[in-house]
Amino acid sequence: MYQHDIGKRSAKVKNVVERGAVKKFAEAIGDPNPIYWDEETGERSRYGRNIAPPTFPRVFDYGVIEGLKLPAKGLIHGEQRFHYERPLFVGEELYCYAEVKDYYEKQSSMGLLGFLVIANNGEDADGNLIFTSTSTIIINEAVRKAMSV
Amino acid sequence: MTTIRDWQVGQSLPDVTLPPVSRLDLIKYAGASGDYNPIHTIDDEAKKAGLPGIIAHGMWTMGNLAKLFTPYYEEGFVQDYFVRFQSMVFLNDIITLKATVKEKGDKTIRFDVAAVNQHGKEVVKGEAVFALYE
Repeated sequence: MYQHDIGKRSAKVKNVVERGAVKKFAEAIGDPNPIYWDEETGERSRYGRNIAPPTFPRVFDYGVIEGLKLPAKGLIHGEQRFHYERPLFVGEELYCYAEVKDYYEKQSSMGLLGFLVIANNGEDADGNLIFTSTSTIIINEAVRKAMSV
Repeated sequence: MTTIRDWQVGQSLPDVTLPPVSRLDLIKYAGASGDYNPIHTIDDEAKKAGLPGIIAHGMWTMGNLAKLFTPYYEEGFVQDYFVRFQSMVFLNDIITLKATVKEKGDKTIRFDVAAVNQHGKEVVKGEAVFALYE
């Protein structure tokens, strides 16, 4: 049901890797390492500044993919992949957008399952890709039926 | 100073066992991540969704698992990180984080990673590629 959405993208949204947000995120995943929040540690590190944890891109705004209608409830996060060219730097600006990469269906013991693959990308100001965060979302039969009503 | 370069295939990074999952952990993650799906924080909503109780955000577990690599940030960075969310994490579950060297190249080290619950079940399982600086 999402086959016709493959290839659709959102417009880029400027995001800042905010110092306070990184600190709060590191605390929420229980990572006390000062590389994420202590300025002195950041300055002394090879990066010369603080960095963000690898799963931090969850917090960014990737904009809206026009025409993509997702159910409000019942989605299952099946898989998640991150790829980085380098770590994210606290304070930097990133231009983020989302893209529907794939959709396929598979028969399972729970009925016909839909798998929607969405890539969330972040580029620097020069358009260089810095990270991709790819989510596979599972949509079960009950949720799909409720949507088509 | 521990260095990740010296790790050999089959060797594991030190395991980390988390305190029992609390509601506050999940409320904090909801706030920090912006994922306010109520099945992670509100019992009634979890029950309405057919769950026995609230469940942790998959990304909470994945985020925790990545911290095994943080101590080595001077040597390299997590270039690729993939997981499958295999099983749900409930309140009071005790999660242990694991990473084992699977393959070693000149510039990268590939790890098998997993988060395992108190029953020995892998709730999150995947792979991480740690890229080494020159």
